[in-house]
Amino acid sequence: MLASAIIIFREVLEAALIIGILAAATSTISGSRRWLAAGVLVGLIGSAMVAASTDAIGELADGIGQELFNAIVLGIAVLMLAWHNIWMSSHGKALAASASAMGKDIREGRSECSALFLIVSLAVLREGSESVLFLYGIAASGGGGQSGMLLGGLIGALAGVAVGYGIYAGLVRLPVRWFFSATSALVLLLAASMASQAAHFLIQADLLPSLATPLWDSSAILPEHSALGMVLHTLIGYDSHPAGMQLVFYIAVLIVIGIGMYLAGAKRSSNYNA
Amino acid sequence: MKHILLISLFLPFAAVAEEGVYSLVIKDHRFQPAEITIPAGMKVKLLVENQDSTAEEFESHSLNREKIIAGKSKTTIFIGPLTPGRYTFEGEFNAKTAQGAIIAQ
Repeated sequence: MLASAIIIFREVLEAALIIGILAAATSTISGSRRWLAAGVLVGLIGSAMVAASTDAIGELADGIGQELFNAIVLGIAVLMLAWHNIWMSSHGKALAASASAMGKDIREGRSECSALFLIVSLAVLREGSESVLFLYGIAASGGGGQSGMLLGGLIGALAGVAVGYGIYAGLVRLPVRWFFSATSALVLLLAASMASQAAHFLIQADLLPSLATPLWDSSAILPEHSALGMVLHTLIGYDSHPAGMQLVFYIAVLIVIGIGMYLAGAKRSSNYNA
Repeated sequence: MKHILLISLFLPFAAVAEEGVYSLVIKDHRFQPAEITIPAGMKVKLLVENQDSTAEEFESHSLNREKIIAGKSKTTIFIGPLTPGRYTFEGEFNAKTAQGAIIAQ
């Protein structure tokens, strides 16, 4: 029961942290909740479909279809997170500061909401499909202990959702002056962490050189399967045995999105001053 | 877009790399063989066949690999180049029995 609780917790936790941070980051945009809920729903349906076609996906491209699929899904999520953060640095503060800005920005807020929808549904799809396969395996196997394992899975899922809600609740209680810096920093790190994971899959598929394997080994200090290791893996992309190429992707994404946010922010202030 | 450019940039390196091929079977939620010895400093190709009817997740933090293998299916996992040592891996969905190791020497 404990084993299945931990496996499901790990899968749900990743998606829940991503959703928690984005729910907080978009809490000032009207209608964002509905898009978020739709993203979760579509993601769940998608995860069942992906789970059912694991075999077919795996056989694509000479057996590296799964790595390509994961890398593409992560790549799209990185682009959407980048778009979100750059959009927020030019509109976010105005949205929260004055209600009058709302009318003008509602139309653009809609495209922001579709980015949110896409990020959430992809996160649920990726993590959910693994949970579906695992639970299906339990249900399909004979012998006793199935109800205990499924109960464990349910407990793990609830615990994951609770942590995701916790980070959301914490973020929305922050004072306004810290709120935007905190949420955009977290979204930036999420994007970099996903880029590093995408690189990991491309290395596994032998499409990218690893550059150095591993760059370091910190498994003795902070194992990746520990609770803190799992949370940091999602939040900042912590990896106990990263390849050099993962760090290259991580830093490249940090720099590119950082510059985009800086330019968008600078443009906004010059518009206001004019 | 940037990623695609990066990939195409490094494709020639991937193509010329030397590879050994090793097979690994998953049966009754166990790895056979449970230990595989490979040469250190070389990239190798692991052909994994899951003979069970349910899916398994090949996972190893020390090898930095994770891959789902559907029931009754075969897949490829590239590992290395590794420095000499013992690298454990497990089948995450059945970790009680599915344990194995790669020994690089």
